[in-house]
Amino acid sequence: MSASRPSFFVRFSLAFAAFFRTLFDADFAAGVRDLRLPAPEPEPEPVPLREADADAAMQLLAALQRKGRFLDFLGEDVSSFSDADIGAAARVVHDGAKLAVAELFDLVPIRSEQEGSEIELEADYDAHAVRIVGDVRGQPPFRGTLSHAGWRVAAAHLPKLADGHDACVVAPAEVEL
Amino acid sequence: MSSPSYAIGVDLGTTHSALSEIELDLSEGEEVAQQMFSVPQSVAPFQVEARALLPSFAYIPHEREFPAGSLALPWNANPPLLLGGLARDLGAKTPTRLVSSAKSWLCHPKVDRRAPILPVDASEDVARISPLEASAAYLAHLGQAWDAAHPGTKLSDQELVITVPASFDPAARELTAQAAVLAGMPGATLLEEPQAALYAWIARTPHFRSQLTPGDLILVVDVGGGTTDLSLIAVLEEEGRLALSRVAVGEHILLGGDNMDLALAHAVGAELRAEGKMLDPWQLRALAHGCRAGKEALLSGAAESDYPLAIPSRGRHLIGGTLRATLRRQLLDRVIFDGFFPVVPVDSRPRHQERGALTELGLPYARDAAITRHVAAFLHRQLDATAELPGFESARGTFLHPTAVLFNGGVFKAPGLMDRLRDLLDSWLEADGAPPLRVLEGADLDHAVARGAAYYGYVKRGGGVRIRGGTAQAYYVGVEQAMPAIPGVDPPVRALCVAPFGLEEGMTADEPPQQLGLVVGESVRFRFFGSSVRREDVSGSVLERWTDEELSELGAIEATLPADGASPGDVVPVRLSARVTELGVLELSAISLEGERRYTIELDVRSD
Repeated sequence: MSASRPSFFVRFSLAFAAFFRTLFDADFAAGVRDLRLPAPEPEPEPVPLREADADAAMQLLAALQRKGRFLDFLGEDVSSFSDADIGAAARVVHDGAKLAVAELFDLVPIRSEQEGSEIELEADYDAHAVRIVGDVRGQPPFRGTLSHAGWRVAAAHLPKLADGHDACVVAPAEVEL
Repeated sequence: MSSPSYAIGVDLGTTHSALSEIELDLSEGEEVAQQMFSVPQSVAPFQVEARALLPSFAYIPHEREFPAGSLALPWNANPPLLLGGLARDLGAKTPTRLVSSAKSWLCHPKVDRRAPILPVDASEDVARISPLEASAAYLAHLGQAWDAAHPGTKLSDQELVITVPASFDPAARELTAQAAVLAGMPGATLLEEPQAALYAWIARTPHFRSQLTPGDLILVVDVGGGTTDLSLIAVLEEEGRLALSRVAVGEHILLGGDNMDLALAHAVGAELRAEGKMLDPWQLRALAHGCRAGKEALLSGAAESDYPLAIPSRGRHLIGGTLRATLRRQLLDRVIFDGFFPVVPVDSRPRHQERGALTELGLPYARDAAITRHVAAFLHRQLDATAELPGFESARGTFLHPTAVLFNGGVFKAPGLMDRLRDLLDSWLEADGAPPLRVLEGADLDHAVARGAAYYGYVKRGGGVRIRGGTAQAYYVGVEQAMPAIPGVDPPVRALCVAPFGLEEGMTADEPPQQLGLVVGESVRFRFFGSSVRREDVSGSVLERWTDEELSELGAIEATLPADGASPGDVVPVRLSARVTELGVLELSAISLEGERRYTIELDVRSD
C-alpha cells in the first residue's frame, strides 16, 4: 500500500512538475482535465429505497408482547428449560400472538389450491405473489407443485395513534402499588 | 330532524355492547343492506382500534396513571372515562377502578341507581359513577363513534333501537331510556333481546315463513355473558298472514357465560392449589380466558378429552414462570353440565338457598346456577300462556310445550351446550307425548341482538313481520286496607291492577275506577307488583291474596304531589293511569279528580 502512495516530498515535486507541464503542454493539460471531470458515460441512477416505518413495526411488536408475551419469550434462554416448560410458555405466545395478528391483519392464502397439488402459472402470473423454485427454465405458462400456498394481508387494521405516542415503549414497566 | 337514512340497533349488553346498521335507501323488502359497525376504542394508551364489540367496562383512571392525551379518541381529546377493551384489561390488575356489569346494577331494585356507587369496592379517591351514568357512557361512546364515522349524519336522527332483557322490570326499562337521553339519543325505542334474536333469525333466513306454521311456539333461550333471558313467541295466523306474538318472558336471572368460565377457572385453580401452586386474581382471570377457549374446543369436538392450559407469569420470565394446567373433560362435565345444565326432571324448580344475614352489598346473582331448572320452572309457570290464543290446543301435560327453539348468546358457541339443552327439552316433551323441538338454525351468536334490533327498526318503518308483545306482566300497586291499628301488625295490603298484561306500545290502560287519596306536598310510596301469569286481570281488578308464583314484588314506586293550589297535608283524590310510550317505557301517573292534573309516578325508587 505504502509503495503505491507517494510520500509528501515525492508528491511536492510531482505537483511542481505537473503544474508547469499542464501550463505548457496542451495534450497533457487535456489529460488532467479528463482526470478531474466525471467520466462521460452516464452513471446508473441510484435506486431510491423507501425507509420502512419504524413506528408501525414497533406497534406490531407491542401488540405481540401485550397479547402474546413475545419479547419475554424471545428474551429467555431456552436451552436451560425442559421442553414441557417451553411448551407451556409457547401456548401463551401462540394463543396471544395469534389473537394479536388476527386483530391487526386479515390474512388470506395467495393460492387457494391444496398444497401438494399440481398447478399451472399463467403467462402473466404475478412474480411478486408467486415464487418459482427448482428447475427454473423456459417460458411461462409453468406447471409445478404448490409447496406453500402463501399469505397475503387482505386488510390491515393497525391501531390509530394519538399525538404524543412514544412507540419505542413496546411494553411499559409495571409497578404494583 | 331530517328523515333517517339508517336503522340502527344497539345491543347494550352486560359484558359487551354492539351496534348494527341498515342503510334504508339500499334496502327493499327482505333484501337488507346490513352490517356491524366496528367501534373504535382504546386498546392501549395512545392506540385506538376499531372492534366489532365494545366490552361494557368503564375504567376510572388515576390522574397520573397515563400520560396526557394518551386516552384520546377521534371524537374526544380527553374522555373522563376509559371504556372498552383497555378498560377491561386494566381492571384485571386494578379492580378498584373498574366498573363492570353496570347493566345488572341498573336493574337492582335495592340500590339507588342514580347514585355514584360504582365501582362498589373503590377507594375513596376514585370518583364513582352511577349505574345510570355508566350505561349512558357506553351508549354515548357508540353514538359519538358512529357520528365520527358518518360525517354529516347524526345517530340521533336515525331510527334507533336499544335492546333490554325481556326480564327487565319497568324501572330498569325507564332507566335505560333515560340513559339513552343522557347519551343524546332521546328517540331510541326499546326492544326485548330475545325478540331481537328472533328478528335476526328472520332477517338471515330466506323463506323463513316456510319454516314456521301457525300453532308453533318458539322458546328463545338467550344466555349472554351475565344474564339468562327466556321468552316464548307464538306463531299465529291473522287474516291469512303469519303473525308473531311474544306471550311470556322469564324471570331476571343473573347467570351467564362468565359465571361458567369463572367456575371452571376456580375448579382448575383448586387442582393447582392442591399441587401447591397459588394464583393471584390476575392469573385467575387469565385462567378463565383459557377455560372459555377450552370449553368451546371440548364442546365442539375440536379437542379430544383434555385441553391444555397455560397461565403466564407477570414478570419477564415467561418460560419458567408459566403455570401449566389441564382442563379435563371430566372436570368440564362436572362443572358445566352438572352445575349449569344438569339433567333434571321437568318438575324440578330452582333452589332458593337462604343467604347469611350479613351479605355484602352486591348483585343478586341467581342462587341456583342450574339453567335447566330455571327453564323447567318457566315452562311450568307459563302452562296457560297460550290458552287464549286461536290455533293453540289447550294445555295438556305438566308444562307448556314449545315446538321450536332458538338459541342465542355467546355461551352457545360451545355446541355441546346447545345439544344438552335440546336433548333435555326433547326428553321432557317425549315424556308428555309431544313431538321433539325444531332448532331454528343459523344464529350469529355474538351479534344477533344488535342485528335483530336494527332489523326491527327497519320493519317498524314499513312492511315485514313484527312481533307483537306489549308488557310481559300485569302491574299492581299495593293499597293498604283501612282497618283499626293493631300494634305490631301491618295492615293487610291489596293489589290493585293498574296495567293489564300485554299493554302495547302507544296504548293507555283503562283507568281503574278506584280512587286513592294522596297527601299533597309529601312523597308517597306504593308497593309495586308484577305478574307474568295473570293474563285475565283488567285495570281495577283487586287481589286480596296471592301466591309468590303469581305476583312478585318489584321496587317501590313514588308519587309526589306538589303543593301548588292546595295546602300541604291535604288529601287529594286521584285515579291511577298507566300507558306504555311509543318507545316502550311504562308510565304511571296519578290524575287528580279535581282539576284533572296529571302527576308522574317515579318507577325507580330505592327501596330500603
